[in-house]
Amino acid sequence: MPSAKPSVMRPVRDIAVVAFGQTDHRRSTDELSEVEMLMPVLHQVLAATGLKTSDIGFTCSGSSDYLAGRAFSFTMALDGVGAWPPISESHVEMDGAWALYEAWTKLLTGDADTALVYSYGKSSPGSVRDVLTRQLDPYYVAPLWPDSVALAALQAQALIDAGDADEPALAGVAARSRQDASANSHAQLSGSVAQGVYVVRPLRTGDCPPVGDGAAAVILAAGERARELCERPAWIRGIDHRIEAHGLGVRDLTDSPSSRLAAQRAGAFERPVDTAELHAPFTSQEVVLRKALKLGADVVVNPSGGALAANPVMAAGLIRLGEAAARIHRGESDRALAHATSGPCLQQNLIAVLEGDA
Amino acid sequence: MASAPSPEVLRAPLVLEFPFTRSLGPVQSAFLTGLRERTVLGVKTEDGRTLVPPVEYDPVSAEEIRDLVEVGAAGTVTTWAWNHEPRRGQPLDTPFAWVLVKLDGADTSLLHALDVPGPDAVRTGMRVRIRWAAERIGAITDIACFEADDGPAGGGARPHSGEFGDPVTGIVALARLDYTYAPGRAQTAYIKALSEQKTVGERCPSCRKVYVPPRGACPTCGVATAERVEVGPRGTVTTYCIVNIKAKNLDIEVPYVYAHIALDGADLALHARIAGIPYDQVRMGLRVEPVWTEGARFPDHYRPTGEPDADYDTYKELV
Repeated sequence: MPSAKPSVMRPVRDIAVVAFGQTDHRRSTDELSEVEMLMPVLHQVLAATGLKTSDIGFTCSGSSDYLAGRAFSFTMALDGVGAWPPISESHVEMDGAWALYEAWTKLLTGDADTALVYSYGKSSPGSVRDVLTRQLDPYYVAPLWPDSVALAALQAQALIDAGDADEPALAGVAARSRQDASANSHAQLSGSVAQGVYVVRPLRTGDCPPVGDGAAAVILAAGERARELCERPAWIRGIDHRIEAHGLGVRDLTDSPSSRLAAQRAGAFERPVDTAELHAPFTSQEVVLRKALKLGADVVVNPSGGALAANPVMAAGLIRLGEAAARIHRGESDRALAHATSGPCLQQNLIAVLEGDA
Repeated sequence: MASAPSPEVLRAPLVLEFPFTRSLGPVQSAFLTGLRERTVLGVKTEDGRTLVPPVEYDPVSAEEIRDLVEVGAAGTVTTWAWNHEPRRGQPLDTPFAWVLVKLDGADTSLLHALDVPGPDAVRTGMRVRIRWAAERIGAITDIACFEADDGPAGGGARPHSGEFGDPVTGIVALARLDYTYAPGRAQTAYIKALSEQKTVGERCPSCRKVYVPPRGACPTCGVATAERVEVGPRGTVTTYCIVNIKAKNLDIEVPYVYAHIALDGADLALHARIAGIPYDQVRMGLRVEPVWTEGARFPDHYRPTGEPDADYDTYKELV
């Protein structure tokens, strides 16, 4: 067991999010291939910075073949970035937040000064509840086909049993998220949304994210380059990601020690944040994260509406980073926490702390 | 050809099935063989906890752990969720509760299904026991599900050698996912045109190259292609190979020639089979045209047109 308090990891180079773009998220985008869906977003972030694809030092993307139902589906999306002649490029079979992490480390090395990060997910071709069962332990869990809502419901019931939440409190998270999403033109679900019937009790339709398609892109830049490209860069003061055991029954589902550890290492607890964009696809997961990250009532949580307003799988985490950065760009936040998750019941968590210049 | 309105989007069912054959580590093998024999095994961690289901490596220290114990076939629900609409592949096809169960003698919980009449019949802390499957093969599904139990909490874990006759050494994990595939705007237009025996590419507005088949984006410029351009039907063999191994489920006699063909007006070569000429007479520069069969959705093959061969300089950029 680690005994010492985890230290804060300070980046050796100042790196910032200088642009963010996302699609309108929709239940279905049958008329578009992945690259057709993605390209407008790539062009949006390039236009915002005045960069051309050939100016980008490193490109990194996140997506999943299981969503697309096709092997190496990300190679088609590469057409959208002008990957010929060959560019410096990488891909993670994860949410784009982890692609951003890889790009950040690439910039830290000094090998590149700018990076384009994008991710996309089309949940509409398949049944995402079933697709996500394939990420589970193949020996003891996946043969039972426990879908993503069922696993989140087990976590929600554990929270209710622990006295951390009840159904009205979860409904409150749902209502606040969709109300806040009214100001987010990209949201798939906003305004007054009924809590609806149980999907898997205790979770109702309102506690679950909408199923939909979408894409997002971010541009990172280091040092002076960031200041040239963006009036108020969102500096990444710290970023870290941690994972918990894969066995659901080994974990305390009412807590998120991996989020807390990542937040510690990212420096989130050194001083308060004013905003938090949490990747909590289910209402109950916001409750877990608020507690684990010690977010007070004065922190604005998910002003975008969060994943309850739009949850394009593989992009929703990157969108949290982008939304937090965009608020700093606009001067609406000075210090924001962004979180992304992967795996069942918040198994793996990434935390970034973003700041704007005073 | 000017850009035309997008035709109606194509859709097709796409079924993926992947029967992974997975080998088991010694702890997994003992656990799954134990289930076949109606015995539930756990493994002791370095800090003295009993993990059920057991794993090969300590979740805290990552050390190899091999110290097996037998735990009870009954236990306590630690959390639950009511599933009123069971989905394909799940343990029961009638409404059931998902449960995490801490078996007597275990320190961690196992995920499975609980067969009770309704959500009012389940609560955290209730006692449940394993209902064994009638036929057991050494898999997690040898536990058919859990059912309510009125017995008292049982004792602790007892040491177990993990040895059984005829141990299970692997599992076959069947999986099936159903999709509805939609190829998007550019590829839909390409496929629709093929149904009229035409080959349609798209031109990049920046570098002016015509991509066939079009995928909606220029991979050099990273911009959308939209201007549709009919190409061919004739083209030039840019390179080729001779296939000598018969492919499974393919009714074509070997040897045959598979070639890259630059259709007239296209800036990207597509690939197709060449026939109507002895395989050893196919050459770079050969002029070819498509041969369609009745009702086909793409050319069956390409055959020589009889024109003089194309000059190398006319297609060298496409080799």
